[in-house]
Amino acid sequence: MSDSVRRAVGVETIGMTMRFGGFTALDAVSVKVPAGSFHALLGENGAGKSTLVKCMMGFYHPTSGDMLVDGREVKIASPKDASALGLGMVYQHFTLVPSLTGAENLVIAREKVPGIIDWRKERGDLAVFMERMPFKLPLDVKVAELAAGEKQKLEIIKQLYLGRSFLVLDEPTSVLTPGEAQEVLGLVRDMTKAGDLTVLMISHKFHEVTAFADDVSVLRKGKLTGTGRVADLEHKAMATMMIGDQPIAVLDSRAAPKADAEIVLKVRSLRAPDRTGLKSIKIADLGVRSGEIVGIAGISGNGQKEFLEVLAGQRPRDAGEVLVRGSAYAATRAEARALNVRLIPEEPLKNACAPKMTVAENISFRTFDMDGNGRPVSWINARAIRSFSARLVEQFKVKTASLSSPIASLSGGNVQRAVLARELTGAVDLLIVSNPCFGLDFSAIAEIRARIMKARNAGAAVLLMSEDLDELLELSDRIFVMSDGALVYETPIAGASVQTIGEHMAGHH
Amino acid sequence: MDATEIGLWGVPLAILGGAIRVSTPFIFVSLGEAITERSGRINLGLEGTLVFGAMTAYAVAVMTNSPWIGLVAAAFAGLCFGLFHGWICKFPKVNDIAIGIALMLFGSGLAFFFGKPFIKPKAPNLPAIPFGRWSDIPQVQAALDVNVLFLIGAVLSVILWWAFRNTRAGLIVRVVGDSSDAARAMGLNPDTVRLLATGVGGALAGIGGAYLSLYYPGSWTERISSGQGLMAVALVIFARWNPLGCFAAALLFGGAGALGPALQSVGVTQGYYLFYAAPYILTLIIMIATSSPTRSLAGAPGELSITK
Repeated sequence: MSDSVRRAVGVETIGMTMRFGGFTALDAVSVKVPAGSFHALLGENGAGKSTLVKCMMGFYHPTSGDMLVDGREVKIASPKDASALGLGMVYQHFTLVPSLTGAENLVIAREKVPGIIDWRKERGDLAVFMERMPFKLPLDVKVAELAAGEKQKLEIIKQLYLGRSFLVLDEPTSVLTPGEAQEVLGLVRDMTKAGDLTVLMISHKFHEVTAFADDVSVLRKGKLTGTGRVADLEHKAMATMMIGDQPIAVLDSRAAPKADAEIVLKVRSLRAPDRTGLKSIKIADLGVRSGEIVGIAGISGNGQKEFLEVLAGQRPRDAGEVLVRGSAYAATRAEARALNVRLIPEEPLKNACAPKMTVAENISFRTFDMDGNGRPVSWINARAIRSFSARLVEQFKVKTASLSSPIASLSGGNVQRAVLARELTGAVDLLIVSNPCFGLDFSAIAEIRARIMKARNAGAAVLLMSEDLDELLELSDRIFVMSDGALVYETPIAGASVQTIGEHMAGHH
Repeated sequence: MDATEIGLWGVPLAILGGAIRVSTPFIFVSLGEAITERSGRINLGLEGTLVFGAMTAYAVAVMTNSPWIGLVAAAFAGLCFGLFHGWICKFPKVNDIAIGIALMLFGSGLAFFFGKPFIKPKAPNLPAIPFGRWSDIPQVQAALDVNVLFLIGAVLSVILWWAFRNTRAGLIVRVVGDSSDAARAMGLNPDTVRLLATGVGGALAGIGGAYLSLYYPGSWTERISSGQGLMAVALVIFARWNPLGCFAAALLFGGAGALGPALQSVGVTQGYYLFYAAPYILTLIIMIATSSPTRSLAGAPGELSITK
């Protein structure tokens, strides 16, 4: 911890170039982030954003190019050098230790930790330090028990505690609710305005960039494609800089919902234990009609995951019933097949794939043991599997080196495309989706959302659980809010307000 | 007062005495394993380390006529075993459990090989403190004859419990055990920390072995350990990786182990063999009772291969 409050530092890269073998990840990128400014860095996955910040932070040694800190040229050979200059980074995935308390996490992260820690003194110092901080946080609670927003705040506080005055935030709001995102970024924004902090934020979300950033730089395929004052740029201009002129999948217009459409999924007085076994989730009554998307919003950890697991047959239920087209559904393979229930869980590589099996095998999980007429076969036809998968790979534009590569070798977007290919092929009456776009890039997101909308328009009942409220607002016909294991609020999309939904998510009702 | 007059009171007394006597190796092995597992690695080889420690302690005590030098030698041998385990496990794609099983067999085999000439000679024992001198009942005196290693173990468990919260080393071990990524982000090398933690764990297991051959049962035979090293691993999970819990669990296991001999001493002649199995049955019951298909183990270090 620095004894005196450090002032913000300005950072500039000049002609930063990074080559990995023959591949140029970063091509002469010059970005200027003046002291006390809030700078946004936009770009697709693989555009070179993380390469750029890793070069700045000393994780990579750039092939060529220079770095200036407060106008002076510096050599940053390692992350240690970067932190000595006051440069710090908040990662997208938390680097806090879950089983340690906030205070323990802060103290152990320090450069010099005494052999025996005098907690009374440390607590006193921390209390004084926290006085100056814009966030209030419980430091005596294990990090594992903090909400995502609190963890994110603690990550930022940790960097400030370590005396950093230039922060790289790597998609800081990807795990936060809109309210939390607003709060965290607002407070960070205030610190930059006060001149205590300089921020470089990596982001996908245009509305955040517009609301909080002063300047923006856009990368595409390792090149700087645009930079400027945020105030002078429109979303459309930024999107063009980001993705160039490649076509973006557009959402089908929403076919008008039929009020008397068949209720495909019916959940009644469902009760199931949650992850801790201490609480339970209770779904009183939920119906999803054919041809509509019902969205479920909620802060992660409020039972959505458990609900999905019950529907997917991964978690036993204590009471209640799940009906699909009027017949009881226990998520067996036979039932899923007979009732045309399809599932796209979150983290598809983990929950919907066998990572080390090939792309072809993964794509044919639903069909490998049936012949063309849907009858079970006793010998598996490898050629049929290959030709079936080849067709789907083509149709869903899955980028893979070959059909026999392990699916784990694909990028996140392509794994999700492969899962979509499997789940959306054939008749789909009920589609259950959870966080389908988490961690994917712009064009993959657009395409995946378009596919889900297409399935809806084709008459599927879609249950969409998402932590991304924008996604829910874009796709859903009705939105429920899940809080503390129960559905606490329902609104048709026409009357949905982010404000009200956010309040219900936070449990303020 | 006549000794026989205490009658059935002899059973709880013998269990108490047995708990103190039998639990000591459990205490050391489980504290060692707790350190290793808190750093994110499992060393199943502690059974082999225990046997090798027992042999080393006995052999060195015979040769130098000092049980303390034997003890130090056992700790050093255990340290070497632990470091060996830690060193192998730092290579990529090495499974710590498989290496542990290999080292368990290796340690026992090596101990039998070097230990052959020491089966006959008598080594000096580690001293015990007679806390029961105030009483004239021999059973009480026997039960309260407490070995110094038990006391050291008790103090050590408190120190470790404190150290996991209040020292830099303790926090670092917990950081590494819970999240390798966080550790690397702090500039710590998880492999080094785990190497040292496994080494220390091995040294403690070696001390546990020394207790077996130098105090109770107090001689070197090839059947000296009846799986204490393995049971201690289960015990660490039962104790939720908490050193104080390890101490309590070790006492419980020791008491269960003393049930058979205690019943035999008061004249139960039938079925007491069944009670000899008490610790193993207890292990099973505890593992079943504390496991759950829907809930993950509370307090488990995040990097442990069995809980991942």
